[in-house]
Amino acid sequence: MTTAATHKSSGMGRDVAVYVGLLVLAGIQFVIAYQNISVQQMFERMLIVAIVEAGVALLFFMHLSENRGLRWFVIIFTVAVTLGLQYGWTDSFRLTNGVPWAK
Amino acid sequence: MSQADITIQGHASAGAMAEPAFSVPAKKMAMWLFIIADSATFAGCLVAYGFIRNGTPNWPRPFHSITNVAVMTLILLTSSLTMLVGVRAAQAGDKPKAFRWVMITAVAGLLFAVLHLKEWMGMISEGATLFHNPWGTPLFSSLFFSITGLHLLHVTGGVIALVAVGVRYQGGRYKADDLEVTGLYWHFVDLVWMFVVPLVYLLNLAH
Repeated sequence: MTTAATHKSSGMGRDVAVYVGLLVLAGIQFVIAYQNISVQQMFERMLIVAIVEAGVALLFFMHLSENRGLRWFVIIFTVAVTLGLQYGWTDSFRLTNGVPWAK
Repeated sequence: MSQADITIQGHASAGAMAEPAFSVPAKKMAMWLFIIADSATFAGCLVAYGFIRNGTPNWPRPFHSITNVAVMTLILLTSSLTMLVGVRAAQAGDKPKAFRWVMITAVAGLLFAVLHLKEWMGMISEGATLFHNPWGTPLFSSLFFSITGLHLLHVTGGVIALVAVGVRYQGGRYKADDLEVTGLYWHFVDLVWMFVVPLVYLLNLAH
């Protein structure tokens, strides 16, 4: 087997391993859905698994693991925007719990 | 300093300026910028969904079966793998194999869209529409159809892009790099689904 062919086959082996890993993580999300826990706990667990899944897909399927500069560029901008979007949660909780300080 | 020296130095600095950001080709960088922007779009939709779901008492949980969504997830994840096989074949110069796997990816995307529409038709037949929901607050249906519709739109666009780029690659107009850029988009569509499934489907599973 040539060097190029070896590299190609090992790359494919890694892709298949990542694919199986993603399937397992997706399966874990479905298992969590059937656990007898609160919606909040379910949400937290599913979100953690989804973030891990997304990270694995970004690093290996989208090859961010091979480019450190681009990796940080993507992470910083995406995380900054996503965190910025969390600004309104206090108002969402106000809808369910009321605002004691408004009286 | 002669005019020739100035010209040479000018060309050298122009060359330095032309160095692509993060050593990523322009097309690929454009796709990454699109992906970052589109991530914000989906994140905005999902956060708005979470905001409303959290603030609405008696949120409906109408899903009784996850078989369809599980199959859809399997298909989309598998299509990411087939896309990788296609891109690797293209990078190795195996044009027929690359074309074949890219077309398999497109067919998988089409199958996903068909199953998605089947899911929608099932909900519509139960009385759920964009403005009406038989299980309680109409916001549920509005958000469900909006978020899954936006994702379905991306899948449909992806299938069209895969066929268009695949055919042009086969015809010699596009290169392996173009397939790789299209593959990035396809993986992103897959990545978004990883968040849509738990938040929109699994959290609304009837127990």
